[in-house]
Amino acid sequence: MKDVTIIGAGVVGCAIARELSRYDLDVAVFEKEADVCEGTSKANSGIVHSGYDAKPGTLKARFNVEGNRLIHELSKELDFPFKENGSLILALEEEGRKGLEELLERGNKNGVPGLRIVEKEELKEMEPNVSENAVCALYAPTGGIVCPFNMTYAFAENAADNGVSFVFEGVTGIEKLKDETGEVFYRITAGKETVDTRTVVNAAGVYADVFHNMVCEKKIHITPVKGQYCLMDKTAGGYVKHTLFQLPTKSGKGILVTPTVHGNLMYGPTADEAGDCEDTSTTAEGLDTVLSKASLSVEDLPRKTITSFAGLRAREDGRDFIIGEADDAPGFFDAAGIESPGLTAAPAIGVHLAKLIAAKLNAPEKKDFDPVRKGIPSIALASDEERAELIKKDPLYAKVVCRCELVTEGEIRDAIERTLGATTVDGVKRRTRAGMGRCQTGFCLARTIPILAELLGKSTDEIEKSGHGSYYIDGEIKDTL
Amino acid sequence: MSEIKKDLVIIGGGPAGLAAAVSAAGEGVKDILIIERDIRLGGILNQCIHNGFGLHTFKEELTGPEYADRYIDMVRKEQIPYMLDTMVVDLSFDEKTGEKIVTAMNKTEGLFYVRARAVILAMGCRERPRGALNIPGFRPSGIYSAGTAQYYTNMEGKLPGRKVVILGSGDIGLIMARRMTYEGAKVLCVAELQPYSGGLKRNIVQCLDDFDIPLLLSHTVVDIKGKRRVEGVTIAEVDENKKPIPGSEVFYECDTLLLSCGLIPENELTDKLGAKMNPVTGGAFVNESLETDVPGVFACGNVLHVHDLVDYVSGEAAAAGKNAADHILGKNAQENDGNVINIKTENGVRYSVPSVVRPAYMPDTLTVRFRVGNEYRDKNLSVYLDGKQLMKLPKRIMAPGEMEQIILVKSKVSEIISESGVKEHELIIRVEDKE
Amino acid sequence: METRELTCIRCPIGCHITVELENGEVKNITGNSCPRGEEYAASEVTHPVRTVTSLVNVTGGERPVVSVKTAGDVPKEKMMDVVAALKSVTVEAPVAIGDVVVKDIEGTGADVVATSNVAKK
Repeated sequence: MKDVTIIGAGVVGCAIARELSRYDLDVAVFEKEADVCEGTSKANSGIVHSGYDAKPGTLKARFNVEGNRLIHELSKELDFPFKENGSLILALEEEGRKGLEELLERGNKNGVPGLRIVEKEELKEMEPNVSENAVCALYAPTGGIVCPFNMTYAFAENAADNGVSFVFEGVTGIEKLKDETGEVFYRITAGKETVDTRTVVNAAGVYADVFHNMVCEKKIHITPVKGQYCLMDKTAGGYVKHTLFQLPTKSGKGILVTPTVHGNLMYGPTADEAGDCEDTSTTAEGLDTVLSKASLSVEDLPRKTITSFAGLRAREDGRDFIIGEADDAPGFFDAAGIESPGLTAAPAIGVHLAKLIAAKLNAPEKKDFDPVRKGIPSIALASDEERAELIKKDPLYAKVVCRCELVTEGEIRDAIERTLGATTVDGVKRRTRAGMGRCQTGFCLARTIPILAELLGKSTDEIEKSGHGSYYIDGEIKDTL
Repeated sequence: MSEIKKDLVIIGGGPAGLAAAVSAAGEGVKDILIIERDIRLGGILNQCIHNGFGLHTFKEELTGPEYADRYIDMVRKEQIPYMLDTMVVDLSFDEKTGEKIVTAMNKTEGLFYVRARAVILAMGCRERPRGALNIPGFRPSGIYSAGTAQYYTNMEGKLPGRKVVILGSGDIGLIMARRMTYEGAKVLCVAELQPYSGGLKRNIVQCLDDFDIPLLLSHTVVDIKGKRRVEGVTIAEVDENKKPIPGSEVFYECDTLLLSCGLIPENELTDKLGAKMNPVTGGAFVNESLETDVPGVFACGNVLHVHDLVDYVSGEAAAAGKNAADHILGKNAQENDGNVINIKTENGVRYSVPSVVRPAYMPDTLTVRFRVGNEYRDKNLSVYLDGKQLMKLPKRIMAPGEMEQIILVKSKVSEIISESGVKEHELIIRVEDKE
Repeated sequence: METRELTCIRCPIGCHITVELENGEVKNITGNSCPRGEEYAASEVTHPVRTVTSLVNVTGGERPVVSVKTAGDVPKEKMMDVVAALKSVTVEAPVAIGDVVVKDIEGTGADVVATSNVAKK
């Protein structure tokens, strides 16, 4: 009997797993995709929100502010890229001032530090390319940007290093059962596997309502809301320093313009109901909307798109997070309805749920818990001295595989060989940035595939983009002639 | 970290780098280093196994690898040193000494610096990816740049897909339509956003017409279907503003989408160096010596502007090699008379390489290369210097896919500018109607 | 009198050639800028030919395939036959440019020769 089974290896599931790995518990994470960080966690704004946005008293407000504080520490402990670049919420017309003041008051109630309104002159100094129409802005100094992939990998790897097992198999059923003592336990079906578990954590993102409703009478309902983004070339990366939000108006929530933690510039997201929970397609209208609305925030919006993508947010009808043990299903813990600011809130949700579960199972803290995880060293970010040092240890750090982002074979091997290492091309890409640059795998794909094949003991024909039939090579030439 | 000194460093061992090296060596520069990131010399030519190379240079029709091998042979005969599997990661200019500092790394030497008196940039170009085209839809596997598909087919003997749609009628896309057909794949069509093809006419005849592959001009991909692997694409006709025409959508069931939508000079190092860039070509601005605005740094081949024929790359690179040699050997130290000709391109001519000419440094004849921005039939190509008509060349056809050139004769140029009495001159290249 | 419009493929210039035919016989050729164009146009309207480039498998080499071409032109309608015939051809490394891989492929009279070097592994 497992102690805890977590459904979903997104940032929330992995953060919970990592916090649970502090305790003496047998924990397993089930994930339907071939890797961790394959759903909402891989396609979002990568923003660490300061916490002024959520209504005071909501779970969103509480976990946002707590999560923001935690990420500052965790980014060092778990070695993932994070930068406190500060956020600016722009009022693009004078009427907006009132709205900013409301947000300021709300933020103060939520306990967000350092909020203040900056006037046009100061705003221009802070952001020289800001739109001439910007009247004033709310400045949130604790807003930040993070690499959502590596934050998720960091949690997952640290959890796995501390004993959590990860199973890449989709959960298809949960039964609520009672043992001979009358104690409730759950029987999880995942592919051909059946696992009994004392508790379940539902961190299934856009599918969280499906699992919740399998065992609970009080139903929840999640709508996948699509957000489309455009990512600009690094040559446009310095166009803004802060994350620029637009003050929500009657016509919508607005589109943000932000540097990413890796030095690109990004615009998005739209917010439209998706066709289904797998509909991560972009649309011509969506991408048009992103560019046209983003152009309201800055003068001469750079249009050097290197890729565009869409992600799905899990919007629950009540519009707040659902976190905690279900009323009518003891031992079934929800982390559901995790839309924005979910990425920011994830570490706090992890701490909160892990404490609840450990208390319920009377689990003591482990003495040998190791909170530290080291990321993959980056040749691109290293100084020449650090580069030489890495190359001395392993000459493959001198063998460049991705020329756009300057990623070496040493880094790619590390990404594949480490705990919960990459098994797909996308997995390598998100761990190392090989293929994230302006040629978008044009050069490195053919060089990454053989490394994956070698280290996984597969043929190059078997290497996939993201698993589940996303093959690249389709046999030998002339085989049908 | 080790540091070595070289007279000339050539970044890139493809057709441009090889021809530049051979030329510089021929001029008497012996202390040369070619730095190539691949495991063999020859660059992209190694995977261009089709024929059609070398008619100008060798007066015979060669395949890409054969053409490359001719130059590799010359490099070996001249005993020009080269490093393979070596990546240049930084390039800077030492203001004090005038030296260029090349930072590179490889598995055997680790990270090292080369101080060079001259550098020739010959890094080539890359293909425009899907994202830059803003094609909506899913992001499955099965979307390749034509060059990636070419690598798999020609270097690895693997098929990247079986039922193929090609977007963009650039030469690599056209070539790949034939290559994949030859190797057993079915190419459904080639869609081209523009009302004309971006590739050479001969490739349309030989690679599409020969195999009854339709070329859909003024069409583009408006949707990609398939969560894991491409399952199909939707193609629509576009209006004169390149906007898809509603109702014209046709769905093509396929497993592969190849993109051949243009090439972009690969100038990360040029940017790091701080050389002034031409936004039209994506390459550096250069003068008659193919020298950037950083003294002693020359550029040639597709890193300077995208060429249609490798023969022209070799020609341009040979000029860059000679000019770099002159720079190193001090041969170009003759008195600069201060005359400068700025080349202005207009009325259909998009850019020129070079963009500025110092007559004092001009060779007896100087090739100026450029491209037009539209398809023109039965027009004149006119060249004016200081208001005087220098040339009027009747052209049966000019197309964006094919590079054009004019040859400036030094004696003629000197004659005209000496009459003007000023130092700043203007040369205009434009498309004109025939009278 | 029949006229055929062609794009010359003998060199990358791609001249637009007009061929005038009478009873299947070439009467006049215009638009070419070299004798090769004339030859091409005459041949293209009577018996079109192509150079075929493809690959054959290599054993024991640094690469699994080597590029090849027909050393002379082959009839256009034989292109796919030539490629298909190469399917069963395997050569042993090392292979050098110019090595004859198949003699007189498919009875066309043209040899298939290697166009790249593949060293032994």
